[in-house]
Amino acid sequence: MTRKQRRGVLIGSSLLVLGLAVGLVLYAMSDSIVFFYSPSDVAKIHESPGKRFRLGGLVEKGSVVRDQGTTVRFVVTDGAKTLPVTYTGVLPDLFREGQGVVAEGMLEPDGVFHADTVLAKHDAKYMPPEVAAKLKKQGLWRGEASGPSPNATN
Amino acid sequence: MIAETGHYALILALGVAIVQMVLPIIGTRYRDPQLTAIAVPAAQAEFILIAIAFFALMTAYVTSDFSVANVYQNSASEKPLLYKISGVWGNHEGSMILWVLILSLFGAAVATFGTNLPRQLQANVLAVQGSIAVAFLLFIVTTSNPFVRLNPAPFEGLGLNPVLQDPALAFHPPFLYTGYVGFSMAFSFAVAALIDGHIDAAWARWVRPWTLAAWMCLTLGIAMGSWWAYYELGWGGFWFWDPVENASLMPWLAGTALLHSALVMEKRDALKVWTILLAIITFSLSLMGTFLVRSGVLTSVHAFAVDPSRGVFILAIMGVFIGGAFALFAWRAPLLSQGGLFAPISREGSLVLNNLLLTVACAAVLVGTLYPLALEALTGAKISVGPPFFNLTFVPLIVPLLIAVPFGPMLAWKRGDLLAAAQRLVAAAIASLVVIVGVLAYTQKGPWLAPLGIGLGIWLIVGAATDLAYRVKLFGASRDEVWRRLRNLPRSTFGTTLAHAGLGLVVIGIISTTAWRAERIEALAPGATLDIAGYQLTFEGVTEHQGSNYKARVGTFKVTRGGSPVTELTPSKRAYVVEKNSTTEAAIHDSWRGDLYVVLGDQLKDGAYSVRVYFNPMVRLIWIGALVMFFGGGVSLSDRRLRVGAPKRAQAKATAAPAGE
Repeated sequence: MTRKQRRGVLIGSSLLVLGLAVGLVLYAMSDSIVFFYSPSDVAKIHESPGKRFRLGGLVEKGSVVRDQGTTVRFVVTDGAKTLPVTYTGVLPDLFREGQGVVAEGMLEPDGVFHADTVLAKHDAKYMPPEVAAKLKKQGLWRGEASGPSPNATN
Repeated sequence: MIAETGHYALILALGVAIVQMVLPIIGTRYRDPQLTAIAVPAAQAEFILIAIAFFALMTAYVTSDFSVANVYQNSASEKPLLYKISGVWGNHEGSMILWVLILSLFGAAVATFGTNLPRQLQANVLAVQGSIAVAFLLFIVTTSNPFVRLNPAPFEGLGLNPVLQDPALAFHPPFLYTGYVGFSMAFSFAVAALIDGHIDAAWARWVRPWTLAAWMCLTLGIAMGSWWAYYELGWGGFWFWDPVENASLMPWLAGTALLHSALVMEKRDALKVWTILLAIITFSLSLMGTFLVRSGVLTSVHAFAVDPSRGVFILAIMGVFIGGAFALFAWRAPLLSQGGLFAPISREGSLVLNNLLLTVACAAVLVGTLYPLALEALTGAKISVGPPFFNLTFVPLIVPLLIAVPFGPMLAWKRGDLLAAAQRLVAAAIASLVVIVGVLAYTQKGPWLAPLGIGLGIWLIVGAATDLAYRVKLFGASRDEVWRRLRNLPRSTFGTTLAHAGLGLVVIGIISTTAWRAERIEALAPGATLDIAGYQLTFEGVTEHQGSNYKARVGTFKVTRGGSPVTELTPSKRAYVVEKNSTTEAAIHDSWRGDLYVVLGDQLKDGAYSVRVYFNPMVRLIWIGALVMFFGGGVSLSDRRLRVGAPKRAQAKATAAPAGE
């Protein structure tokens, strides 16, 4: 093999792998990205049922109801709008009424958000940045989420 | 008083680091041996001063000196001693001190043990190390001083986040940081070579041990973090493709590529420019990892003690070092001589393939990690890129690499024989086929690709063993001959075998636990039973328990298998009094088949508890495999040829300064 051919093999295989990678990334981007919405966003954009997204906000006070077995129902609020959520499983340690929460799942035709994941956070003081940003926009942000939470009205 | 001493030492260290950054460069530029020689004592002094600051902070933690704000915020007097010590790096300020401590330790090691390095190279390397230290010390002193006092001093501290009070996590940050910061050595050597405008095979020999040591620590650090997340977070997963995890995976991938390309450079004097570039990329990714973790710009379940205002400072540090290094690279790299030629089918060729796939896979992870940031900055839309993205991109890129791994060591340098290598690997191929068929017959359900994945793991393990077997002529030579060959094999060969086989174990662990994991979530009243993966669990009830600094509700489960008792599991929920926080303590029963993993949830209406039970088949292979890879690196590091100063041991002994400085 000449020097030129060797270089050709190297460049060719590099381009092949890079092309493959770009293709995979673009394909995955179109398919497996999960958007983050607040209840107000959900009311506004009418996400089609069956599309996965993340829902963020505060767990409304007094809304947590335990159903049969390990199913839990609660309401997520961002101050302006609310969205009922149902989740079957063990809730994370830091799941509390009045605290920030991020749930991932789908909106079903009955208007209830069926979560399959409720995100646990390591830190009690920690607020997911998305939730904090949205709450700031709604004027519900009071710095560190440690004190009593605002009573969301709707 | 101790806190002030620490603060003072830190500022002195900054001054010394500035000296270490400036004078040696001037010295090498104007050929002044005295200025050049300052690098060595400066690097040693910098390390001593930072060590003083670090131990001052540790003393404040151990003695629970709550007049120091940092201790007040992150410790409590009732905490066990281990977590008082690990509390030092369980927060932002302390972890940055640990960061620079490790950085200066590496610098001091080069100063002390690198006596056989060319003076000029050593001085330049230490100057670059000094500049990194200056940036981070400046960052600590101006924005993250851990020695700030409180007046009046509080009576009791706020305590450490309970999920951090864990032995695996106590040691996870030091290993991870040693990995991150260790790559600064490769970076400094690369920049020094660019400043010099000269690079040769010896350069690679000096860089490889540092890179290998950093890679080992990073491997272990990542494994510990994943092990901790597995048993402490109570969701039974080992990897979440979380931004913070990705931040540690990316330097690991680039560092693995660097290890292999440095090999080509050392043996064949080729791939020089690429290796330099890779060294810069690897440390850039380490810096980015520090930035992502410390700034909290990305949503992560692992983010602790984040402060966005400091993120800007680290972003600036990143910009200066990455931008500066790349500019230097663009300017000086054309000066470096090109290396030797090789055929595509050769050891070098296989290592190029390794580098290609590793860096591209790393780039895919980078895109997935940063895409949400970019999209939010551009359009304001908030998205999260989760496991589906990475499974679709990372996995298809890494699988061809795994298939190719056993071929690499079997190909000769310069010109290899693919057919001969394939013939030698027939045994490995048969072994993995047998296993694939066996797994298909044994498991009725699960994804159809999973048995192939298990076969891939076996392929890696048997392939690695085959290479070793051929090298010692296990079949075909007398026992004495085999023994003689075994003793004469370089240790780095055993290192390669171990690391590749460890990789195979990790693959088997990941595939089997992902594909055949069993999960049950149920409401159990005391006395009720649950069946999972052949085990019967009987819930006996819940008792209260008082721990050293927490209260716990402990559930008791009797576990039987086929009627015979196996064990008793006691998962619990802890409420930490001081920290006003609670944690879930999973109970795990391990056997060779896998882990039985039980989590106690909330109390439900009628006295029942929600209970989550997993069976994770062979999940431990993931961490065992990582350990094997770590030891493989260690064996390779102990190879005489790689030892720093090996060629001139006697002289090194005579001139070396006392160790540990």
